[in-house]
Amino acid sequence: MEFYLLTGATLCLIAGFAHTLVRVSAGKIQPGRVNLASMVGAFALLSLDLWMRGQVQRSCPLYSLFDVLLFMAWATALLYFLVGSAYRLSLLGTFTSPLVLFLLLLAQLAPLSRDPIPATARDPWIEFHAALSLIAYGAFALAGIAGLMFLVQDRQLKKRKGGSLLYNLPPITELAIANTRLILLGLIILTVAFAAGFLSGMQVNTLKFWTSATIWAAYGILVLLRQIHPLAPRKTAILSLVALGFILVTLPAIQHLSTAK
Amino acid sequence: MTILCAGINHRNAAVEVRERFAIGTHELEASLSSLRRIDGLFGAVIVSTCNRVEFYASSVCPLRAMDGLRRFLVERTGCTDLPFYSHDSLPSVRHLFRVACGLDSMVIGETEILGQVKQAYSAAADHGATNTCLNKLFQQAFRVAKQVRTETRITRGSTSVGSVAVELAGKIFGDLSGRKVMVLGAGETSERVARSLVSRGVRTVIVSNRTFDRAAALADSIGGLAVHFDHWHTAFDEVDILICSTAAPHPIVTREKLEKILQSHRERPLFIIDLAVPRDVDPSVNTIDNVYLYDMDSLEQIARQSIEIRQTEVVRCEQLIDRHVRDFLTWMHQHPTMPR
Repeated sequence: MEFYLLTGATLCLIAGFAHTLVRVSAGKIQPGRVNLASMVGAFALLSLDLWMRGQVQRSCPLYSLFDVLLFMAWATALLYFLVGSAYRLSLLGTFTSPLVLFLLLLAQLAPLSRDPIPATARDPWIEFHAALSLIAYGAFALAGIAGLMFLVQDRQLKKRKGGSLLYNLPPITELAIANTRLILLGLIILTVAFAAGFLSGMQVNTLKFWTSATIWAAYGILVLLRQIHPLAPRKTAILSLVALGFILVTLPAIQHLSTAK
Repeated sequence: MTILCAGINHRNAAVEVRERFAIGTHELEASLSSLRRIDGLFGAVIVSTCNRVEFYASSVCPLRAMDGLRRFLVERTGCTDLPFYSHDSLPSVRHLFRVACGLDSMVIGETEILGQVKQAYSAAADHGATNTCLNKLFQQAFRVAKQVRTETRITRGSTSVGSVAVELAGKIFGDLSGRKVMVLGAGETSERVARSLVSRGVRTVIVSNRTFDRAAALADSIGGLAVHFDHWHTAFDEVDILICSTAAPHPIVTREKLEKILQSHRERPLFIIDLAVPRDVDPSVNTIDNVYLYDMDSLEQIARQSIEIRQTEVVRCEQLIDRHVRDFLTWMHQHPTMPR
């Protein structure tokens, strides 16, 4: 059953992505209802899949890299639904669905164990910490996407040649605001997640601790520079993409160290 | 029942001809009443804009109705040589649909004409000058216009330098309300752009010109402030959009000068519209972060691009129009004895 749910979610996203490509080739970049429907469908199926895995594990399903990738894809889609409409950045969906699709494909194509880990006594604070951390990473992923959209729009405006992208992307000022606020949102959630981790008294591998601390500090400095010292929106957008790349690269290592302890 | 269309437009008549035939709002009721008295004519709508004067009518005796329409125009203008085109059902229906979609406009895809056609129809309906056939025709015209606008790129982009500049400002700042504009050099084009920006909600306009009186006059007319040309940079704080159109022979806004000014500008974007030839702004300014410089050439190129996109969409629009024309004619054939 889980296999079918996951395959269904992936197919929904592939269909939405293919539809977007067809629209882009026709010069239309604004997401249509198909794009939104594919995201909603994928999110619903993914939610059901995670719920079933949670039932087996009797906890939030975050105990393998496979779980983590699914949960991060789910968190990114969830934040898109919550944030995309708030910033009236409907186009964010066009850029978000490929990332969610990438995470799902990575989970399914990489040689990862899919078997749910049987339930043992688990500290709810640790679960809270892990779930919130991944939701924070979802916010950082969206910040990275907003940053990417900012850089694309900045390039379009600098090129002075017009074109479909220029007309379809949101105003660059709104993208800069969304980028900054999503970083701040992610940082707040990550801070709460870390606080929960400390409260649980969990033993953390040194490398995992410093990697996580580096991510937290990097985003903290980014927010600080943006608020106090005028860090230009373009540099913020680039740095948010670099930080997202760092998260995606280190996530498997962090997960490995978490389960190895 | 036959649909008739007769009229003149910007293609077949110069403005001095069109203005002779134009029918103002104050004359509309009397003109519609005169048309209603024409033997064999059951309904009429008059579309009179700066680019066209057109009569749409429904009749069971098209020749008699057309004669009556000619007599009406001759009596009205005293002109015996009428430069009007006239069509019967199929071309008339197609013509109205093309007009409503902006395909017959001077600037292809312009949307103002749809509002004008709606107004014309509404006025005729209010005066009881329309019948079932014309009601159906115009409702279908509004439907096809809406479909064409949503399903094709016929209204894509802006087609004049001024509107491109305003659209780009929207792509940089989003909402323009509360933004501050500085105009350097009170030329005609810069004035037009400044007025467009004001109409989009720009808060403050500062005008600076070598001749202070000219700056003061322009500032006065658009509700802005005038500053002496030698002090323009001191008034630059919080300026979001800079419009340049001076007659200076060399750049007056250089990279060095702007970088110094922008130190207090923090991270807010600056949109520079350089309408001057020779250019007022050093092109290297465009490499500064958060500064977007557009000169005459780049604005014109974008306007041309929009026109080209619109022209490529005409075929798709015509296909949609053809489908609606067929639907309407089918409806007409199915209702040969519709109420008059």
